Amino acid sequence: MKLVKYIFFDLVRSRFVFFYFLLLLLFTGTFILLQDDVSKVQLSLLNIIILVVPLVSVIFATIHWYNSAEFIEVLLAQPVSRKRIFISEFVALSLAVGGAFILATGIPLLIFYPDLVSLLLMIGGFFLTIIFIALAFWSAVFTRDKAKGIGLSLVLWLYFSLIYDGLVLMLMFNFSDYPIDKIVVVLLSLNPVDVSRVMVLMKMEMSAMLGYSGAVFTDFLGSKVGMIYSIGLLIIWSIVPFFWALRKFSKKDL
Amino acid sequence: MLIRVQELSKSFRKLEVLKNVSVSFDANQCVAIIGPNGSGKTTFIKSVLGMVIPDSGEIIVSDKNIKNNFHYREAIGYMPQIGRYPENTTMGQLFNMIKDIRKHNGVSLDEELIESFHLPSLYNKRMRTLSGGTRQKVSAALSFLFNPEILILDEPTAGLDPLSAEILKDKIQQERKKNKLILITSHIMNDLDELSSHVMYMLEGNLMFFKTMEELKAETGEERLGKAMAKLMKQQTN
Repeated sequence: MKLVKYIFFDLVRSRFVFFYFLLLLLFTGTFILLQDDVSKVQLSLLNIIILVVPLVSVIFATIHWYNSAEFIEVLLAQPVSRKRIFISEFVALSLAVGGAFILATGIPLLIFYPDLVSLLLMIGGFFLTIIFIALAFWSAVFTRDKAKGIGLSLVLWLYFSLIYDGLVLMLMFNFSDYPIDKIVVVLLSLNPVDVSRVMVLMKMEMSAMLGYSGAVFTDFLGSKVGMIYSIGLLIIWSIVPFFWALRKFSKKDL
Repeated sequence: MLIRVQELSKSFRKLEVLKNVSVSFDANQCVAIIGPNGSGKTTFIKSVLGMVIPDSGEIIVSDKNIKNNFHYREAIGYMPQIGRYPENTTMGQLFNMIKDIRKHNGVSLDEELIESFHLPSLYNKRMRTLSGGTRQKVSAALSFLFNPEILILDEPTAGLDPLSAEILKDKIQQERKKNKLILITSHIMNDLDELSSHVMYMLEGNLMFFKTMEELKAETGEERLGKAMAKLMKQQTN
C-alpha cells in the first residue's frame, strides 16, 4: 500500500491527469448549465463518458506503463514481489484517473441530479476506467515496443467503442429471420462499453436510445436483474484482463 | 559463496544469450564483467536480479535459490545503466519512498554518497527536471543506501563527470574493504583496472574465463588490464 501512495501522488501531480480533470469538468459544467432537462444532461454525459473515458484511460495507462519501465526495474531490484509492483501500479492509476472522473463528473452530477441514473453513470464510468486500464496493462505487457503497445491499445478502444457495434448490427441485420435474441444478449455482454451504456439507459426510460440489442437485453432480463447482471459483468471485465496481464508480467523478462 | 550460478542458459526466441554459464562469487571480491556489446553481460546481471527468468540452471544467492523468491534481494544493491524515476516526484520523496518500501530493520543506512554528491540541496527538485548525470548519482546513492552485502553496478561511471566518477570509485573501493561482493560491468578498462580483483570475460553468451587480475596479467605479461584483454581477444580470433 505504501507503493500505491507514492505512485498515486506522482500521478496526481502530472499535467495529464489535471487536464483530463479539467476537460471532464468542462463537459459536465456546460451540460448541466446549458440544459434544463435532467435526462438530456445525463444522456449527453453518457455519450461523452463511453467515448472519452475508455480512450483516455487506455492511452494514459499504456504510456504510463512504458514510461515507468526503468523505474519498475529499480523497484524489482528491491526485495519487493512482482505481484505487489503490478497491483500497486494498477491501483494507483485507477485511483488517479478514476478519481479525476468521479470528482469532475460523478460528484457534480450527483449534487445537481441525485438519482439512480446519475449514480449508475458514475459507477459505469469508474468501471470503464478500471477495465481500460487493465486492458492497457495487458497490451503493454504483451509487447516490449512502445509504439506497438500504444497501437494495440488504440485498436482495443476502436474495437470496443466503434467496430463491435457495427459487427453486431450487421449480424442482426443478416439473421433477422432467426431467433437470435439470446445470441444478441451474449454478444452485448462481451463488450464492457455496451454493458455500461445499456446499464444506464435501462434506468432512463429512453427505450428509443437502447437500440435493438439494448431492448432485447432489457426485455430478456428485466431491469432489476439486468442491473445486477451488468454490474457483475463489469466486475468480471475488470478482473479477467487484469489477472491475465498480471500472469504475463510475473513470467516476463524485463 | 555469496552467489553461485550453475549451468545458466537463456534464449530470447532463437537467440541464445547465455549458454550454460557456471560461476561463483564470494565476499571481498570485486568482479569486472567484461565482454563486447551483446555478449550477455546485462542478461547475466538481470538473471541474478530476477528480472530475466532463466530457461534452465540455478542461481543461489546467500544460500537461497532465487527462483520464485524475492526476499534475497535484501542483500543486493543495484545501480542500473539508465535510471528513470517517477517524473513528478521530488528527489527527497524518492529517497523516502525507497526507504519506506525496503524494510531495513536494524540495518544502518549508508548516506555517505548522498552527502558527497551534495544531493540534499536538490531534495525538492522534481525528478523530471534533473539531468542524466544527477539521476545517475541518485541511482548510485540508492544502490549503496541499505549497506547491502552485494553490489551490482551496471556501467556505474558512464554518465558521471570526472569528479563524481572519482567519488564513486573511492566509495566502491571502500566498500570492498568491508568484505562485500561487487559486480561491475563497464567498457572503461582504466576504471576496472583500478577497482577489480577478478575478471569475468563473456563472449556470445559463453563464459570465456573467470580469473583473478594477477593471474590474467601474469599470463599475458601485460601490466594494464586494457592491454591484457586486447592481447587475449587477439589470440582468440587467431
